[in-house]
Amino acid sequence: MAAITTHHLVKEYPGGVRAVDGLDLTIDDGEFFALLGPSGCGKTTLLRTIAGLESATDGRLHIGDRDVTDLQPGQRQVAMVFQDYALFPHMSVADNIAYPLKIQKVDKGERLAKAEDVGAGLSLDGLMARRPGQLSGGQQQRVALARAVASNPQVFLFDEPLSNLDARLRLEARTFLKRLQRDLGVTTVFVTHDQAEALALADRMAIMRDGRIQQVGSPREVFARPANTFVAGFVGSTPMNLHPAVVEGGRVSLAGTSLSLPPDTAGAVTDGQKVIWGARPEYLSWSPSTPAPDDDAVEGEVTVAENLGASVLVTVNAQDTLIQVVVDEENEPDIGARGWVRARPGRTLLFDAESEELLGASPGVPTVSAGTAGESA
Amino acid sequence: MTVRQSLGFIGRYLFIAFVLAFFALPLLWLASAPFDRAPSLAVSWPEFTLANFRTLVDNPYALESLWNSVLLAAGTTAIVLVLAALASYALSRVRIPGRDALLYTLLLLSSVVTGTAAMVPTFLLISELGLIDRQLGVILVLAGGLLPTAIFILKDFMDSTPRSYEESARVYGASSLQILRHVVVPIARPGLATISVWAVVQVWGNFLVPFILLRSADKRPAAVTMFTFYTEGGQPDLALISTFSLLFSIPVVAMYLFVNRRYGFRFHGGIKR
Repeated sequence: MAAITTHHLVKEYPGGVRAVDGLDLTIDDGEFFALLGPSGCGKTTLLRTIAGLESATDGRLHIGDRDVTDLQPGQRQVAMVFQDYALFPHMSVADNIAYPLKIQKVDKGERLAKAEDVGAGLSLDGLMARRPGQLSGGQQQRVALARAVASNPQVFLFDEPLSNLDARLRLEARTFLKRLQRDLGVTTVFVTHDQAEALALADRMAIMRDGRIQQVGSPREVFARPANTFVAGFVGSTPMNLHPAVVEGGRVSLAGTSLSLPPDTAGAVTDGQKVIWGARPEYLSWSPSTPAPDDDAVEGEVTVAENLGASVLVTVNAQDTLIQVVVDEENEPDIGARGWVRARPGRTLLFDAESEELLGASPGVPTVSAGTAGESA
Repeated sequence: MTVRQSLGFIGRYLFIAFVLAFFALPLLWLASAPFDRAPSLAVSWPEFTLANFRTLVDNPYALESLWNSVLLAAGTTAIVLVLAALASYALSRVRIPGRDALLYTLLLLSSVVTGTAAMVPTFLLISELGLIDRQLGVILVLAGGLLPTAIFILKDFMDSTPRSYEESARVYGASSLQILRHVVVPIARPGLATISVWAVVQVWGNFLVPFILLRSADKRPAAVTMFTFYTEGGQPDLALISTFSLLFSIPVVAMYLFVNRRYGFRFHGGIKR
């Protein structure tokens, strides 16, 4: 069991592309940590650098109290599950699971017994004699996990472990993976481009862009208080409403309506400052009735309604500003209906229009009361 | 069907029949002549006898030369397999500037090594090395000539092996040679089988190299020995030649069938997809 620490870690490819650009990151012992980002953001490179498959150009990398920066992958005591699982096609499931032990020179009987044992724990019993080609995608994934578990590592590294499974199986595998990690308590880093996966699985997550970390925090923190507009737009299954607005007389002016400032930004903005107003569609509500005078509400007309299953994503046109609202299925408005979009108090955010950074209290520290923070996350 | 169409139809089949006969006749001869009491160059229904095989066994060099062929083929194939596997793996995985140019140049020059044009320098080189009239000399020259093509074909097999297999093994602590042994070679086995059969066939049928580099009659392989089967009158001894040819071809056909059944051929090596 071990924490992972990087100190100014740099990975530069020939040609000057910096895939990982001066990263300082601490992943705690036993943590399930997600690296989230769009493709090409350096998340996989970071994972491969931790594994030792890529050598760091600069900086140091520690696993536990060992400096592993210059160690070969095999000496780092890490186990990696690849996106394509990388099961050896010519070996049986048992031999695949036992392979790390074969390298560790455990004798044959013992390692096959251990493979049997680990395999049974991942409900692979009865499949041990098969070849990987004869297994379903979900089974292959479990074999890859079993192989990782059998190697008894200090750290698990998962490269998009769920992306090769079909949608239904993915949810099942997600729950399975989370339970497995919790049971084993091994520090786990996994890479994904799917924000829902990261939110669902991770204890903490880092959002990366262009080799740099944009924000580190728990899924709740990242969801509720994204550090900048990039994170705000990337995390969340429906994109956050981000609209240009102006601070006027201690209030925010958006689409011809004056809204009260989010409580934590009062001291952080000046009159006349250009800002970006942000609110998650899940934190907005729709009502056809006229609001009370002190309510923060924007008037508009329903233009599009997209069914999300139990709810509907409604796009409201408020003076050419398109605001999206998640509405309960019972209250689905008709197209063309007029009404008011209300923001849940304390759930709107302001970003600086230039730097696109979150305004107000330092990012990653939720100021909303803990009781309500998790509802939609 | 119009007359024109039927004529075209008939013409096409006549042409196919002709081509078929052209290639089938020598094979028919090979099947019939060894069992004929008086074999000639014509294909005829044999007056059945096994006497030709008796003559062949009595010939001092015939069976020995087949054994020599086996030695040469085995030695050359072993060298080609081991070196080509290592080289193609390295070339497939390590990025060197001009890698493809190197491969194509090697491929181009490889036909020269075992070709007629380079026989004089090859002879001098082997002579300097003191390997004239030694089977090792023949094995080295043949292996040198076959290696580039073998590397070229095998590199394609290696390229098509996903890297994640090796990386996975590496993360679990396998060394490069362990990866090659445990992962790469088993996966590239159809490619290796293809290369071995191809190398054996190349050596088995090679006449020029052993003919020039070997002096003593008891070291010659079958392909060269066959050249010595003449009667006292200077006529080709068809009884011997046909019988020997049959024996000569059986191992290769048998090996092909065995390897094909065991590993299955995947003849797509060397083709860029």
